[in-house]
Amino acid sequence: MSEAINRQVDHSHMQVSDRVAIDIRNMNKWYGTFHVLRDIDLTVYQGERIVIAGPSGSGKSTLIRCINRLEEHQAGHISVDGVELTSDIKNIDKVRSEVGMVFQHFNLFPHLTVLENCTLAPIWVRKTPRREAEATAMHFLEKVKIPDQAHKYPGQLSGGQQQRVAIARSLCMQPKIMLFDEPTSALDPEMIKEVLDTMIQLAEEGMTMICVTHEMGFAQAVANRVIFMDQGQIVEQNTPSEFFNNPKSERTKLFLSQILGH
Amino acid sequence: MSDTHAQTVPFVRDTMLPAAPPPATQAGAVRWLRENLFSGPVNTVLTIIGLLIIWFLVSHYWDWFAHSVWNANSLNECRQIIIDTWGEGARGACFAVIRERWNQYVFGFYPPELYWRPTMTFGLLIVALVPVLFSASLTIRRAVLVITAIATLTSMIALGSPVIWLAFATLVLAGGFVASERNLGWLLPFSMLYPLMGVWFLWGGSVWGPVFVLVGPVLGWIAWRILAGRMPVIAVLAGVVVTLLFWLFLSGSAAEDAQRLLPMGIEAVRSDRFGGFLLSVTIGVAGIALSLPLGIVLALSRQSDMFLIKSLSVVFIEFIRGVPLITLLFVASLLLNYFLPPGTNFDIILRVIIMVTLFAAAYMAEVIRGGLAALPRGQYEAADALGLDYWKAQRLIILPQALKISIPGIVSTFIGMFKDTTLVTFVGLYDPLKSMSDAVRANIEWKGIYWEPFIFVGAIFFIICFAMSRYSMYLERRLQRDHK
Repeated sequence: MSEAINRQVDHSHMQVSDRVAIDIRNMNKWYGTFHVLRDIDLTVYQGERIVIAGPSGSGKSTLIRCINRLEEHQAGHISVDGVELTSDIKNIDKVRSEVGMVFQHFNLFPHLTVLENCTLAPIWVRKTPRREAEATAMHFLEKVKIPDQAHKYPGQLSGGQQQRVAIARSLCMQPKIMLFDEPTSALDPEMIKEVLDTMIQLAEEGMTMICVTHEMGFAQAVANRVIFMDQGQIVEQNTPSEFFNNPKSERTKLFLSQILGH
Repeated sequence: MSDTHAQTVPFVRDTMLPAAPPPATQAGAVRWLRENLFSGPVNTVLTIIGLLIIWFLVSHYWDWFAHSVWNANSLNECRQIIIDTWGEGARGACFAVIRERWNQYVFGFYPPELYWRPTMTFGLLIVALVPVLFSASLTIRRAVLVITAIATLTSMIALGSPVIWLAFATLVLAGGFVASERNLGWLLPFSMLYPLMGVWFLWGGSVWGPVFVLVGPVLGWIAWRILAGRMPVIAVLAGVVVTLLFWLFLSGSAAEDAQRLLPMGIEAVRSDRFGGFLLSVTIGVAGIALSLPLGIVLALSRQSDMFLIKSLSVVFIEFIRGVPLITLLFVASLLLNYFLPPGTNFDIILRVIIMVTLFAAAYMAEVIRGGLAALPRGQYEAADALGLDYWKAQRLIILPQALKISIPGIVSTFIGMFKDTTLVTFVGLYDPLKSMSDAVRANIEWKGIYWEPFIFVGAIFFIICFAMSRYSMYLERRLQRDHK
């Protein structure tokens, strides 16, 4: 199960501070009459690496999409880095520029080069001078190990490379929190590793991360908390070792037996 | 052979096969013919029927084209020449009408001594468009600009342009060339000013009219600038309102006063002197330039979350699309007069341009909406997640992609609209196809000539529309981003 993670993860910088990064209280969300998220309570501290697991349709993607308000919650509170998410556009834009997001299908901008993808938001949102934005972008592209592709278009890259560009693009905004929405689910097995390596590297540098993923090896190696969701609720949360070796709820046991059993 | 047992016994490849070229096909014309025209009995029969139809058409019309006369002063003279050359009963086309009435077809009833003005306007139009149309290719820009310069200047000399305007045109053409070589950005101010300049060159009159039209947006900009820091939305509104108020109430009288104090201008030409291709191209270019932005605004409004804006745009689009263009043109020519205060002189060409623009914009909006709908939701989400606000996301992410997808539809709309400019014949303007040909036939010398004018006008329309179509294909290829 952890064949994708084949190196020792360096935990020295992964310190969890006592400053709250994300605070979710009693949050509820409906799609029409369908109750997708029910009474979610979750506090994420700075430097935490949280993996959210669960069967499809359990609301895990919806939950992290609420954190940067790609989805609107109808009841309860979400505050990100001290900013309460309401329908106030100013707050939303503020939160979005502090929170990076990586999508399952990369969502790179196909009409822009890799470098332009990375500099767009810093230039237009942060008002960074172009030259400085390009230097930052190259720095992060080097970090995800594709500086040589900077002038290609996303359509010319492999899936794994595109996802690493997407990570670099988010990092260029120098976010405080990174959200990963099934970042490896659309990738070939050979490419999953390169993306996970990049994510581990980020974790090692102390980034606050929330990852929705089915990569349980990654969860064991990197996460300090695993959250299991089902039917729009948090069913169980625990440290990875407890979660995998000693699951408490029946639903978790069933889930783990299904994804780890073969 | 090491591969023989690959399927039957355990096998490990020790060397990888190098890439080999594909088998040489029997290329050549025979193969192409066999594959495309004679691949089976049905195809063979269809090919033969097709050839027969082509033969039938060519054999019937070949004489007519081959015997065409290009040099005569009347239809009778044409017929005489054909009989003299090809014998009694011979048929032939009389394209001499085009040679003789060329200027009328091109300029309508524009004063002949001022023919150089539309010519210059058209030449400068190309300079203004080059940075927009051919931003990517220096080679194409060079070719277009050199040909434009030669054609414009020689025509202006031939049409007796005053030296000062010849110098002006030379200056702009040369400036356009320099800008195209060095920095296209230098041309943008010219491109922005061109609409006003073009209108002034075509209709003439006092220079103060266009100057004061220009003052409006400047005042609007100042108003916006003063308020922008504190109330962004109000500032935009104030800018628009100030501009409109200035145009409506002040610019006209200010221009008159200025003209009285310091008379400066060129000879005015009334709208009813316009005709032929000058009229078609004027309406067509204005309609194209105005309908695209309006179409984008309508498409975005239709996608908007705001109920009022969305409904207004839906009502507008559905109403305009549901009504024939001729209805709108009649409204422009007849009905508007009832609503406008008596004595208002609201130019007929301007009214037609407005109607044609609204009509094309409604179609354009739907074409662009298709492009917007074709974009994956992920693009909107990624833009949102990066913190781009609505306008920035639209401008930088959504519209560039949606417009690219919509290029074929947009150009189709342009082509349709350009051809529809011939419908202005119904409101008494001299379009090249109907009114102008009627005018030509009204003359005793060319009474009874039918096919030749239609073929000529059709051919010119075809050339322009085909060029637009080729341009759209070029643009699509240029914007291709997947496999390079």
